[in-house]
Amino acid sequence: MHINQPRGIYNSAEETRSLLCLLSLALFVLQESESENKLDGETASDSESKSEFGGSSPVPTSDDTPEVLNRALSNLSSRWKNWWVRGILTLAMITFFFIIIYLGPMVLMTIVMCVQIKCFHEIITIGYNVYHSYDLPWFRTLSWYFLLCVNYFFYGETVTDYFFTLVQREEPLRILSKYHRFISFALYLTGFCMFVLSLVKKHYRLQFYMFGWTHVTLLIVVTQSHLIIHNLFEGMIWFIVPISCVICNDIMAYMFGFFFGRTPLIKLSPKKTWEGFIGGFFSTVLFGLLLSYVMSGYRCFTCPVEFNNDTNSFTVDCEPSELFQLQEYNIPVVLQSVVGWKTVRMYPFQIHSIALSTFASLIGPFGGFFASGFKRAFKIKDFANTIPGHGGIMDRFDCQYLMATFVNVYIASFIRGPNPSKLIQQFLTLRPDQQLHIFNTLKAHLVDRGILESLEDA
Amino acid sequence: ESDTELGILDLRSDSDIPDIPPPTDSTPEILKKALSGLSARWKNWWIRGILSLAMISGFFLIIYLGSFMLMLLVLSIQVKCYHEIITIGYRVYHSYDLPWFRSLSWYFLLCVNYFFYGETVADYFATFVQRREQLQFLIRYHRFISFALYLAGFCMFVLSLVKKHYRLQFYMFAWTHVTLLITVTQSHLVIQNLFEGMIWFLVPISSVICNDITAYIFGFFFGRTPLIKLSPKKTWEGFIGGFFSTVVFGFIFSYFLAQHQYFVCPVEYNSETNRFVTECEPSELFQMKKYSVPPLLQAVLGWETVNMYPFQMHSFALSTFASLIGPFGGFFASGFKRAFKIKDFADTIPGHGGIMDRFDCQYLMATFVHVYITSFIRGPNPSKLLKQLLILQPEQQLSVYKTLKSHLVEKGILQPSLRG
Repeated sequence: MHINQPRGIYNSAEETRSLLCLLSLALFVLQESESENKLDGETASDSESKSEFGGSSPVPTSDDTPEVLNRALSNLSSRWKNWWVRGILTLAMITFFFIIIYLGPMVLMTIVMCVQIKCFHEIITIGYNVYHSYDLPWFRTLSWYFLLCVNYFFYGETVTDYFFTLVQREEPLRILSKYHRFISFALYLTGFCMFVLSLVKKHYRLQFYMFGWTHVTLLIVVTQSHLIIHNLFEGMIWFIVPISCVICNDIMAYMFGFFFGRTPLIKLSPKKTWEGFIGGFFSTVLFGLLLSYVMSGYRCFTCPVEFNNDTNSFTVDCEPSELFQLQEYNIPVVLQSVVGWKTVRMYPFQIHSIALSTFASLIGPFGGFFASGFKRAFKIKDFANTIPGHGGIMDRFDCQYLMATFVNVYIASFIRGPNPSKLIQQFLTLRPDQQLHIFNTLKAHLVDRGILESLEDA
Repeated sequence: ESDTELGILDLRSDSDIPDIPPPTDSTPEILKKALSGLSARWKNWWIRGILSLAMISGFFLIIYLGSFMLMLLVLSIQVKCYHEIITIGYRVYHSYDLPWFRSLSWYFLLCVNYFFYGETVADYFATFVQRREQLQFLIRYHRFISFALYLAGFCMFVLSLVKKHYRLQFYMFAWTHVTLLITVTQSHLVIQNLFEGMIWFLVPISSVICNDITAYIFGFFFGRTPLIKLSPKKTWEGFIGGFFSTVVFGFIFSYFLAQHQYFVCPVEYNSETNRFVTECEPSELFQMKKYSVPPLLQAVLGWETVNMYPFQMHSFALSTFASLIGPFGGFFASGFKRAFKIKDFADTIPGHGGIMDRFDCQYLMATFVHVYITSFIRGPNPSKLLKQLLILQPEQQLSVYKTLKSHLVEKGILQPSLRG
């Protein structure tokens, strides 16, 4: 079957191969840790609970498994039923992930945006429930308004970078982008003033708490999602490999813990073990190496996403950078005896993938512990009930937060320098004397380095 | 105005908040002896007055001493504000000997400051940094190092979670972050404004102070209609009177400052003398121009044209913001103080309260001035742009060079036949 591709950019053989690979992995997801979601005896002794909760029990999990699944699994025992539900939903999510990747960057961006909004909504709803918000005036409106402002600010910054020529052509867009910061600030200020005006005598503290809650949530959720999109624009591989490493680490750590687990890791999550942690680490590094090897061969993954002004669509077409060209590496003497080769052909990117996988296995779980602590602190079992058997969107994404920022900082520090077209764009807004000064300094620098002949008129 | 109904909330009921001890009288002994003969009310006024004069003189002294001292001053104020807010949080939450809470808070303050100062230092001290190897390494991987430092703090926080105190610890974590967001970013924006030219630092701050004072005076003499329930002493008469006085003050003050290079020039670091210099050709913002007075005002003023600095137009925008939106920062702080039942943020300044009490209206102002400057006055920072250009790949540099050259030739800024 031949796949026609105005939008789809992969060929069918590769797609089938990847799907098969992941199907086998998916079988293991059936056994993913459930105990994270259980409140154990620890919370009962949480002394903060004495007076306050005033009878509000944790949000009861309503069973919103679709009817069709319910009927199909009606004759199994409830434990197996739960596993099947989780398994089926996991497969559904993974398949969905692949479809989105197939559809291209634009759809991915939209999905990231939707996930972000849903996460924000879940956390705000928790805050609302936890604080019984007494009909606080405008609380929900203000929260959504602030979400809109911050998203407007961030998307404006991204759009100006990547859609530069498109923006310059349209007059209203040009003005919006020139005064972007001022407009964003004005919008934010409006929200701030509305908040101050909405302060009601008896509810000051609650309103301030909610204000703080909203801002911290924005900080966590919105900035991470925008960093993910920046990573995506760098090349789909920078999006897919980190996310898969975190998922793989989750699954592998659980597997190792299940079979070999003995020594508890941290009091916060009693089911995690050191064996799981270390086993997960090694498997994830290996998985990262293999996945990068497979992906580095395809331009659609390794090329930066660019916006083509003529066709008005995204293209991923380029000369692969040297990161994605096979090179010979000498194997350190220690490993030579083990592996039996003297040299190995690898992509330089695979070296970077070791760094990414290491972070995903060693530091990523702290994001998970943070979320566990948060759930225990506020006595909730799951963030929400969006995904049957899994909880809310936040439950799936808790380990990803730190990863997105790390990848972004990693790319900015070690991989690429600043974006040349952005620099040119900034240059054009300077004053003539400043432009001349920079030009002359650059010229002197180039001459110095021998890149430019001193008397050459380029 | 007590929040007694909050008792039903799942928060600590208000009775749990310890009564803030009555402000200790930290007035120096000298003043007490000098004023011992007056009644308590007048004594309070005199103390406030003397301290105000002391603060204003201190301010002038620092300005005289130059940009570097100003930077230090801003940094000290930032640290003190942070300390005051964290102390309030600590008290409000009876922090049960939370492990590492204070160390972690100070650690995060250090990280965020390191990140921001690293970004600034790299920009303004480019030549200084180029010469030293170690600094170069720190600058090149600055973001990564800052992120690693922050992550270390984050992991320490997760490891420090104690079974019975999860919620409290999360509250404190959030409290720390929001405080950092407010105090540290504002203080760095103030410093960025300062580097643009001392006038961009002095005029906004003085406008806010002037607005405070004149709004109070107008309110005192003419005040009748209350402005907002949050601050019952504020009145519409004070608000409007303060607005007009601040605009006039801004005009006049800018007129005086715009004449001196010391205030008007961007602060630069001279690597030979290892000092800050403020010397330049004043930009056209600070050169007198003739403006025609609109016919409406001609009748009033009797002039047809007037000589003004273009900067005075900008000062109009700055003063307007200081008078109309700045007070919201004050209302926010008042609401905060009521919410947590504190009279003042701290007792640092006798008669005035804490540092935060003096600076509550300034927050929004600093951000506004910074956004204003980047949107309307200057483009991106040239030295930062240059730094980024220099770390591109050689082929990229060459292609950028060619693009720039063709652009400059096109605009006639560069002569096409210029060689070398």
